[in-house]
Amino acid sequence: MRERNIRSSAETGSGSGGTGDEPVPFMQRLLDNHWLLLLLGVAIPAVLYVIWGVMEVAQIPLAQ
Amino acid sequence: MADATLFRTCPDTGLPVHLPAQRLIKANAVAGVLALALGGLQGLMVALTRWPDLQLLPAEAFYTMLTGHGLNVLLFWIIFFEVAILYFASAILLKSRLAAPNLAWVGFVLMAVGALTTNYAVFQGDSSVMFTSYVPMRASPLFYLGIILFAVGALIGCFIFFATLVIAKDEKTYEGSIPLVTFGALTAAIIAVFTIASGAIILIPTLLWSLDLIPEIDPLLYKVIWWAMGHSSQQINVSAHVAVWYCIAAMVLGAKPLSEKVSRMAFLMYILFLQIASAHHLLVEPGISSNWKIFNTSYALYLAVVGSMIHGLSVPGAVEAAQRRRGFTRGAFEWLRKAPWGNPAFAGMFTSLVYFGFLGGISGVVMGAEQLNLIMHNTLYVPGHFHATVVAGTTLAFMAITYLVVPLIWRREIMFPTLAKWQPYIFGLGAAGISLFMMGAGTLGVSRRHWDINFTDAALSFSYPDTAFLMMALNGLSGLLAAIGGVMFVVIVVSSILFGKKRGDDAAETNPVIGVGGGQAVASYGSEGTLKLPGTMILVGVFFIAFFLYYWVNWKYLSEVWPLS
Amino acid sequence: MAIFPPEKRIWWKEPLHGFELVWIGICLVWAIVMFGTMIVWHVIGEQNLSNTAYRIDPDVFAARTEAMVTQYTVREEGDTGIPVVHPPAGSDVYLQASLWQWYPILELEKDKEYRLHLSSIDWQHGFSLQPTNINVQVHPGYEMVITLKPNKAGEFGIVCNEFCGIGHHNMLGRIYVVE
Repeated sequence: MRERNIRSSAETGSGSGGTGDEPVPFMQRLLDNHWLLLLLGVAIPAVLYVIWGVMEVAQIPLAQ
Repeated sequence: MADATLFRTCPDTGLPVHLPAQRLIKANAVAGVLALALGGLQGLMVALTRWPDLQLLPAEAFYTMLTGHGLNVLLFWIIFFEVAILYFASAILLKSRLAAPNLAWVGFVLMAVGALTTNYAVFQGDSSVMFTSYVPMRASPLFYLGIILFAVGALIGCFIFFATLVIAKDEKTYEGSIPLVTFGALTAAIIAVFTIASGAIILIPTLLWSLDLIPEIDPLLYKVIWWAMGHSSQQINVSAHVAVWYCIAAMVLGAKPLSEKVSRMAFLMYILFLQIASAHHLLVEPGISSNWKIFNTSYALYLAVVGSMIHGLSVPGAVEAAQRRRGFTRGAFEWLRKAPWGNPAFAGMFTSLVYFGFLGGISGVVMGAEQLNLIMHNTLYVPGHFHATVVAGTTLAFMAITYLVVPLIWRREIMFPTLAKWQPYIFGLGAAGISLFMMGAGTLGVSRRHWDINFTDAALSFSYPDTAFLMMALNGLSGLLAAIGGVMFVVIVVSSILFGKKRGDDAAETNPVIGVGGGQAVASYGSEGTLKLPGTMILVGVFFIAFFLYYWVNWKYLSEVWPLS
Repeated sequence: MAIFPPEKRIWWKEPLHGFELVWIGICLVWAIVMFGTMIVWHVIGEQNLSNTAYRIDPDVFAARTEAMVTQYTVREEGDTGIPVVHPPAGSDVYLQASLWQWYPILELEKDKEYRLHLSSIDWQHGFSLQPTNINVQVHPGYEMVITLKPNKAGEFGIVCNEFCGIGHHNMLGRIYVVE
């Protein structure tokens, strides 16, 4: 009973959602693109947090 | 193509299990639990020392113990276990072989050697520099070397995960998109790559400096980059334990996410913005502009917080939907009352969710407001907050899933089931107490990482309010309670692995760990077809009101301190 | 289930549960409110941390502190004879952190503004003014300049709340605020 449930839900994987050749929406393709996500997830904090932060520290003036 | 002899079929789930992956999962989980046992014991020593009437350890031992406690639980326990989760969520859930198991072992050995090296350095007593090791305070070179080795090993683990995703896709072991739990693990792995890269950028020069090969490390620059590792490492936890929540809800109750789209978008907000909240630690530093502080501390207009609040709806929502399909439809909360509270996996998961949201989530956002940080920075409020997230949140969730991992991966029955039934509550209550009382003491101004709040040997005198001392005593008691829960966990898990009854192929019927799904009905989710979820609506409503009120109360506190600009 | 791939090939187009949509809306509004609050507080709030900071040689900072101490010391206190300094209202005031003391003791006047220069001459320290509860990080090599206006008279402790070695818990300073 239980196994059947699990299998049945697993096996419907390619099933019902839309016809086979309907194009996959952009956002879904983005979320399925693991390497792009990796790039974004490293680049965005590297720029916003690290690089901007290091620039902030570098710009602190000398005391008169 | 995968070699079929390297697989077994799991009698409980029907999933093919890659045996080399299974061995790696076991090794990493065991190493994690050992780090937890050591780090937890150190935590108890710390809590009993900060209990003013006990003050268990002398000052020097206290600072050494606190350094070891931070490293063992915040890095070693968590990341070992996360590597196990990465291998599980890739190889097992995608029914794939794990990429390059030999390389994964190299990673494991590096992590283990690194953890041992750093612990050795700390126990030598000349590296009591705290988890954060702010320069120009200096530890022995072995201290930094160990962390670097550990990080390199963990990075290997991340890339094994990514490579496994590629293999599974190429060999078509799954169709369509990866499961949500794997997507959560992917989020954790991405954040881990950023975390480890930042750690390497700052710790390698620091190692060279400790060897006198570099004259100086700028303390402010160190802090900016170090926290890209130090805070992000805890964001790995958040992503991983949210994935674990979804996983436990699915396995125990057959729960489905209300909407794949919404849950994945919430994870996307984590991938993009969670790491920049490392700025939480730099809000009262000199010279960094408010622009940088406000943007980064808010995770880019709080989009990552929105992500968390979405998970906070969709996880209980999924549980409620599954329970209602199963027939628990009376009133707003029958589904919750009749949830499997005696199952430690479910109990741990749901209490972890509540504690993380109400204690950890709210306090984190409040403390991370640029100006509010002025009344909280480096007080005990900070450890109060992250004990709610990392102990009551992550650790409790990881403990909970261990109750599924032992029967499914080790094929052993959980020993001492009555003890196991109580364990998540005892540990959770202890952890929640630690968090609450530390936050209370922090609100009264008590400093973190401080051996003697009586200032007995100081040249001047000062006393914190009496309530603060009461809070510290209650914190000590909660620490004891959490330690009891921790010991119960280690005893249950270790004895089950070593001596537990072997789980036969018929165990799936006689003693199921995978809950009976709510039947076909559970299979159709999302959309207008879904049941109404009044219980979850009330829960998130209460959460929001608590959040709202507590947020403004703290601005009120702030408005009463000395004006400064 | 969350441990299996989504059932529908295209899951992006599933309609949302109505309440989910409402909740996301509430969260987004709340996010904007919280973000806006930090900005608005810079305009209307009285407690904003200064963005004024300089790089400074620790020796130079120590010399400036000493100059202030020489000029304005009114008495000495504590077991080790720490000078108590009463600088004129509106002036530049120096507070130096070191292993393991805050130097000197300051005596300020209530409701008067001071430019407080805060720096360390060795390791990092944490300026934690109690019981009013203001907590600021102190770095060696950097000085932060804070315009401060004590709004209560009394005796205030400065706890060090950044771990700075074995004498950390004995590092205690003091500020007096007089009418």
